[in-house]
Amino acid sequence: MGLKRYLVTRGLTMFGVLMITLLLTISLVGSNMDTILKQGVIYQVRAEITENTTIAQGFNNPEDFEKFVQQKIDERIETLGLDTPWYSPQRLGYTMYKILILDFGNATFLTSDSGSSNVGEIIFEKMPKTILLFTTATIIISIIGIVLGAASSNKIGSKTDRITSTFAVISSSFPVWWIGMLMIFVFAFVYQIFPARATPSIEPDDPGYFLALLYHMALPVITIVLIGFGAWAYLVRNFMVGIMQEDFISAKKTIGISRKKIVYSHALRNAAPPIVTILALSLSGSLGGAIITEAVFDWPGMGRLYFEAISVMDLPVIIGSTYILTVLFLVSIFIADLLYGYFDPRVRTAN
Amino acid sequence: MSSVSTQEIKSEFLKSKLGLTGIFILSGLILVSIITISAIPASTFQEWNNPEKWISYPKTSVPSWVNFLSSEKIPEHKILEPEIFQSQENGIFLTSQQFGVFFEYDDFPSDFIIEMKTKYSDSHLVQIKVIRPDGITLELLSTSLPHSDSDTIHNQRYFSTDSMIKKNLNMYKDDFQFDFLSGTTEIIFSKLQENEIQKGNYIFVVDTYGTEKPIEVLESKLVLGGKAYGLMGTDELRRDLAIGLLWGTPLALFIGISVSIGSVVVGLVYGVYSGYRGKKTDEIMMRFNDVIYALPALPFLIILAVTISNSIFLMIGFLMIFSWVGIAKVSRSMSLQIKTRQYIEAAKIMGQKDSKIIFRHILPQLLPYAFASIAISVPAAITTEAGLSFLGLGDPSFPTWGQILHDANTYGAAAQGFWWWIVPPGILIAITGLAFVFIGNALDAIVNPKLKR
Repeated sequence: MGLKRYLVTRGLTMFGVLMITLLLTISLVGSNMDTILKQGVIYQVRAEITENTTIAQGFNNPEDFEKFVQQKIDERIETLGLDTPWYSPQRLGYTMYKILILDFGNATFLTSDSGSSNVGEIIFEKMPKTILLFTTATIIISIIGIVLGAASSNKIGSKTDRITSTFAVISSSFPVWWIGMLMIFVFAFVYQIFPARATPSIEPDDPGYFLALLYHMALPVITIVLIGFGAWAYLVRNFMVGIMQEDFISAKKTIGISRKKIVYSHALRNAAPPIVTILALSLSGSLGGAIITEAVFDWPGMGRLYFEAISVMDLPVIIGSTYILTVLFLVSIFIADLLYGYFDPRVRTAN
Repeated sequence: MSSVSTQEIKSEFLKSKLGLTGIFILSGLILVSIITISAIPASTFQEWNNPEKWISYPKTSVPSWVNFLSSEKIPEHKILEPEIFQSQENGIFLTSQQFGVFFEYDDFPSDFIIEMKTKYSDSHLVQIKVIRPDGITLELLSTSLPHSDSDTIHNQRYFSTDSMIKKNLNMYKDDFQFDFLSGTTEIIFSKLQENEIQKGNYIFVVDTYGTEKPIEVLESKLVLGGKAYGLMGTDELRRDLAIGLLWGTPLALFIGISVSIGSVVVGLVYGVYSGYRGKKTDEIMMRFNDVIYALPALPFLIILAVTISNSIFLMIGFLMIFSWVGIAKVSRSMSLQIKTRQYIEAAKIMGQKDSKIIFRHILPQLLPYAFASIAISVPAAITTEAGLSFLGLGDPSFPTWGQILHDANTYGAAAQGFWWWIVPPGILIAITGLAFVFIGNALDAIVNPKLKR
């Protein structure tokens, strides 16, 4: 019962956050969106009238004609409900409802690779690439981090330990995107091993596309791993050090179980809950950071889409991507919470 | 939560090597900032985006110290000031401007420009020649300044690419034993036998002759185009990177420190109040905290920058919105512990106001923790601002490090190998971050004795 209630309150909070995010996004871009939509209507109505030459011939002077056009525009704006401002309750509700059911409308400028301008289609075309890049990187980071962290907690104060800790502090002070620029400089300019732009030049439906994508992915993955694994190792080490001081470990030591076995099987298993939680959190965190990283490497994912949308002010895409990013972020926080509760018996019983 | 006295913190901190290193780096950065603000006129950074100001600087040239490292000397970009001699003979006034340069590089200068601002009246004849180290004088140009009846101020530029200069050089064709296919500077600075650099002293002479009275030289310079310039080189827009990097230092410190102080103060007060009041207030305040925590920060910062403003001061405010949350959580749990202590109970019974209890009795206890968090949260603020600037969303009127990197990325510096444009800003960002991380970690280890092992 306790767990259920916990889940429900958590879920409700998440939903609340999602709604607030949506409301904030819409209110930030709302007035701009109104102007753009109205401009679109005016343009459309004018185009329709000028195409039909018989209408223009029916008028004697330009003022009457202009009045007629204005009247048509007003009519159209009214039927579309644009005469009320974006913050009027029914329009706000309608916009939010449409976004909730993932209907983001059409993009103003951007299109997907297949040429569609449906925002949903664009986003779902880019999202797998972002997930591919960052999941791969996070998995590699966590493997290196856990191995290194366990090794340094095994011998605190040893060379491995000190190097890991120093590397963790130093590497996390560098912005990932700057290291990215350096990597492009070194491995695409000085030694031409990897391509400088991470977007494959061949068409997506080519059979070799996936391999090309992996090859282009190498440099971004190496960069993200290089910056990330130090902090991970340090984190794992600190968890492990905490656990190694617990009574049950001391008990195992007195029984005479070898230190190596204690570290790698007993302690590591007990360090799992926080590690898994942070894994889930860092995955979601990296999605936000994707905007800059993808801009540097020109990786064709959500981050770059977001950046492009911002630079041309493509509002439907901005709203859609913010929504999807928030959903992903919240889902991973939620999963992290669940995992923590599942792994750590203390949390389970406390609730 | 044990309280540590200021004295203890000080003595412990002085023992920490890491903390002292941090203080050392930070004082260096502060020194650089002070020097920059006091020694470099503010107009330089205000004109950062004004191409007019940088016109006599070279394009994407390496720092000039590169010449010390390599055997081949890259020609340095030089902006020369003249020595001015004036004389009068037979009613003719001669003003001679002489630009001397010792040319010792292994490549020809790309071009030269003579820029002069003069005040004169009447007609004046201008003759430009160069005296080479082997004693040969090359007449480059004979022309005149536009006639004027009254005193006028006139700006004049002479370019090495001028077709007249090329024509005049052709008269010396017989002295040189190679074909004149290359540009003017490659003839002027060449040996006679073959088209190779002749090192030595060159004097560029600009003579003006007038009959009524001499001209007055207000400003004059000779720009000898090279591929190396200054301490840090220049970028694609000819800007001196040293100036941008120097101005970036006080800006980064300002952004980092104000964001962290602001968010720590807000977080602290919020968290302590929430923990102290407890019950419903606590519940509501913490739910609000959860909401902010769950907002994806970067997308929101981007939207805020685009729709509201990218002014640096508002940006500091936006960064604060997203960085007080964690501190509020920790200080809430700390105040939950402190409020159960007896002296707080006593103060309550004595009828002291809540605000007084919070500010007099609880907050001071959290100060050491607050200082540690201020230091620890500076690097994140600096890198986030740099990241936003890197995306082109920074305040364009201030040359921050992120902005320099944004320009570098826009002009494809990495793919073209302009390392001097990419490496220094990033290293500066990292060093500044490291200084605060060191200080923060040292403080943290003292404040939270648990971490000591």
